[in-house]
Amino acid sequence: MSTSEYDSYRPPEPEGGRRKRRRGGRGGPSGPDDSGGRRGGRGGNGRGGGWKNRGADGNREMPMVEDVEFTSYYGRPIVKAPPWGDEIGTYLFLGGLAGGSSLLGFGAQLTDRPGLRIASRMTAIAATGIGGAALVADLGRPERFLNMMRVVKVSSPMSLGTWILSGFGVGSGVTFAIELDRITGEKLLPLGPLRKVLHAMETPAAVESAFFATPLAAYTAVLLGATAVPTWNAAGRNGLPYVFVSSASMAAGGAAMALAPVAETGPARLLALAGTAGEAYAMSAMRKRMHPAEIDPLDDGEPGHKLHRAEKLLIAGAVGAAAVEVGARVFAKKLGGGWKTRAVLRGLSVVSGAALAAASAYTRFGVLEAGIESTKDPRHVVEPQRARLEERRARGITDDSITTGR
Amino acid sequence: MSTPTIDDGTLADGHWHDSAHSRKGFFTDTSICIGCKACEVACKEWNRNPQDGTFELLGSSYDNTGSLGANTWRHVAFIEQDSERIEKARESGRKLVNLGMPTIRPRTDESAAAQPLDGALGAAAEGRTSAGLPTTPELNVDLLAPGALEPTDLSNVDTTPPDTADFRWLISSDVCKHCTHAGCLDVCPTGALFRTEFDTVVVQNDVCNGCGTCVAGCPFGVIERRDDGTINTPTDRDDRKAADMDVPNAGTANKCTLCYDRLVEGQEPACAQTCPTQSIKFGDRQDMVEQAHDRVAELHAKGLTEARLYGANPNDGVGGTGSVFLLLDEPEVYGLPPDPRVATKDLPKMYANAGIAALGMVAAAGLAFLGSRRS
Repeated sequence: MSTSEYDSYRPPEPEGGRRKRRRGGRGGPSGPDDSGGRRGGRGGNGRGGGWKNRGADGNREMPMVEDVEFTSYYGRPIVKAPPWGDEIGTYLFLGGLAGGSSLLGFGAQLTDRPGLRIASRMTAIAATGIGGAALVADLGRPERFLNMMRVVKVSSPMSLGTWILSGFGVGSGVTFAIELDRITGEKLLPLGPLRKVLHAMETPAAVESAFFATPLAAYTAVLLGATAVPTWNAAGRNGLPYVFVSSASMAAGGAAMALAPVAETGPARLLALAGTAGEAYAMSAMRKRMHPAEIDPLDDGEPGHKLHRAEKLLIAGAVGAAAVEVGARVFAKKLGGGWKTRAVLRGLSVVSGAALAAASAYTRFGVLEAGIESTKDPRHVVEPQRARLEERRARGITDDSITTGR
Repeated sequence: MSTPTIDDGTLADGHWHDSAHSRKGFFTDTSICIGCKACEVACKEWNRNPQDGTFELLGSSYDNTGSLGANTWRHVAFIEQDSERIEKARESGRKLVNLGMPTIRPRTDESAAAQPLDGALGAAAEGRTSAGLPTTPELNVDLLAPGALEPTDLSNVDTTPPDTADFRWLISSDVCKHCTHAGCLDVCPTGALFRTEFDTVVVQNDVCNGCGTCVAGCPFGVIERRDDGTINTPTDRDDRKAADMDVPNAGTANKCTLCYDRLVEGQEPACAQTCPTQSIKFGDRQDMVEQAHDRVAELHAKGLTEARLYGANPNDGVGGTGSVFLLLDEPEVYGLPPDPRVATKDLPKMYANAGIAALGMVAAAGLAFLGSRRS
C-alpha cells in the first residue's frame, strides 16, 4: 500500500500497524501516509470509497455535496474531552430529577396531596445529596470542593450551577427535615421549641427550593453548551436547555408516578407527558439545526444506542402514563374501593414511571457521552468549523478568520 | 495594581488595563523550525513537568509527545508532505491572500479585483498601528505585463515558486495560545485560572480543584487535568515506576504559563530562550504581531504563498491569540482548529434559552396541577 516514492526509504512497518493508527489514538504505531497526515474526511474510509460512494449501500443518506476535504494531524483529536465520567452523567439526571421533584412537592403542598408531597420531597433531597456527592467525587481534588464557593462567576455555568445547587439544597433540606419530623411523629429530632420555627419554615423553604428548581434543571445544558466540545456546543446553541428541562419533567413525573399513590399523581403524569412531548420535539428540532458532523456522535456507537433506548423508553412510558391517566379518570370513583383496579393502575403507574425516569437517564448519559465521543475524531471539529468559515466568506464576511494571508 | 475592566461589553474578555506591563506573547515562525525539540525539553526542565509517554516515537514522523497536554506544554508537530500537498498548501494560501475584503471578487472577472491588501490589512491591523507594514507585497511582478498594475491581486502574478520541492517537512512547535477571550478562564468556577499582568492566562494549582470544565472550554485542546491516567509510564523498564515519578499538582488542570515565574523576574520563557533558530520569538505581543506580518510578507515576496498567520487577527473567534504562529499549510494539518470560537460567546443566548426553558417548565408544572384538579 505504498503511496509515496519516499516510502521505500523507511523501515518496514510493524504488522497491523496501519489499521491501528487509522483509529487514531496516541500510542498506535504507524507508518507514512500519502502526505504525512491522514485524509480526514469521514474517518478512516477516505481513501477507498470517496465521498460519492458513501451511503451507496443504503446505510445512510447519500451526500449531495462534496466532502470538506482536510488533512488532520495523524487523526489526533483537536479539542480535548473533559475528564467527566459516569458521575457527571448521574448528576445530569439527578439534578433534573431533583428540580422537577421540588416543583411537584411544592404543588402537592398547595393542593393538599400528602402522598405526592412526601414522595417528591424525599426524591428531591436524595437526588440532591447523591448528585452533589457525584459531583465532588468527579473532581480531581475532591477535598477542595469548597473552592467552588470562592467566586460567583456569570461566565462560568459551573460556578452558577454550584450556587443554584447550593440554594436548592438549602430549601430542599429544610422541607426534607420537616417531612422527616412529621413521619416520625415529631419525636425523632430533638428540636424542642425550635420545632415550631422549623414547621413555620415550610412554605418559605418550599418556595425557595422551587425558585432554584428549574434553573437547576436547565443550567446543565448551558454547562455542556459553553464548551469547545463540538456536539455539546452545537446542541447548546440549538436548544439543549429545552431538551434538558423536558427530560427533567419526565424524570420527576416518572419518579412521582412510581412512588406516590395513583389518586394523587395526576399532576405528575401530566408533567411527565408534557416532558415526553417536549423532549421528543426539542430533540428533533435541535438535531435539524446542527451540522451533520456534530449530529453523528448522537447516532453512532454507544451514545447512539443510549439515545435510541431513551426514545423507546420514552414512547413506552408515555403510553403507559397516558393509560394510567385515562384509567384514573375513568375509574375515579372506584379508586376508593376496588382493590383490583387500584392494583392494576398502581402497577402500570410504577412501570411507566420507571420507564420515563430511565428514558431521562439514558438521554443524559447519551448526550454526555456523544460529546466526549465527538472530541475523538478531528472531523467533528474541523468540518463544522470549515463550513461556518466558508459560509461567512460566502456572505462577504472575510475579516474574522483566525488564519490570515497577511 | 490596576483594575480589570471589561472591553466593549464582551463577556469573554478579561484584560488588565493600565498595567505596568504590556501584553506578552510568542511568535512561532514554523518556517524556520528545525524540529530539535529543545523547547519541549527546556519547558519540561523549567516547569518540572512529569514524563509523558515512553520516549518512543509515536510513528507519526518524529513526534513523540503527540499533543499538548497536562504534562506537555510545548509540542513539536512533524508533518511530511509531497509535492502535491505543497502545491495545495500554496494554492490555499494564495486564496487566503486574495480573499477580497471587504468585497468578494467575482469569479468571472479576475482582474477587476477589489483591493484585497487594504481590506486584509484593515482587518488584521485593527487595534494596532499599521506602521511598519508593507503596503505592497514585494512580489515578482512584471510591471509591463497586462494586469500587473493590480499589484495586490496575486492571481495575476506569476507565483511559480522559485523552488518547488518534491518533499518538505512541516515542523511546528505548538503552545498555549493565551487567548484574548480565553475559554478556559471564562468557565473556571473556582477562579483558579486568572489573567496575569502580562495578559497571559495562568492556573493557580493550589486553588484548582480539578473540575475539568476548562478542559472542555479550550477550543485548542491545550489545557488538561493531570491525572494518573495521563502519564504513561514506561512499563518495560523495571527501574522506572509510576511511584518513582514526582508528579506535582496531580489532579489539577495544567498548561503553559508563558513561564509566569520567569516573566515576573524579567526573563523570557524557557522555550524561547533555548530555541536555537529563533523560531520561537518572545516579546511584547504588539511587536510579535508586527514581526509576523513582516515575515509573512517576506515569504510571499519569495513566492511562498503557502505562508499564513494564525492568531494575528483580533476579529477572530478568540479575539486574537497571545501566541501567534506562521504556518505553511491549513491549520488543521498541524492539528489546530480552522475556526475556533470561544464558547462563552454563545453564553448570553444560551442563558436566555435556559431561562425560557425554565419558565416553560414552571408553566408546565402549574398547568399539570391545574389540569388535574379534583372536583
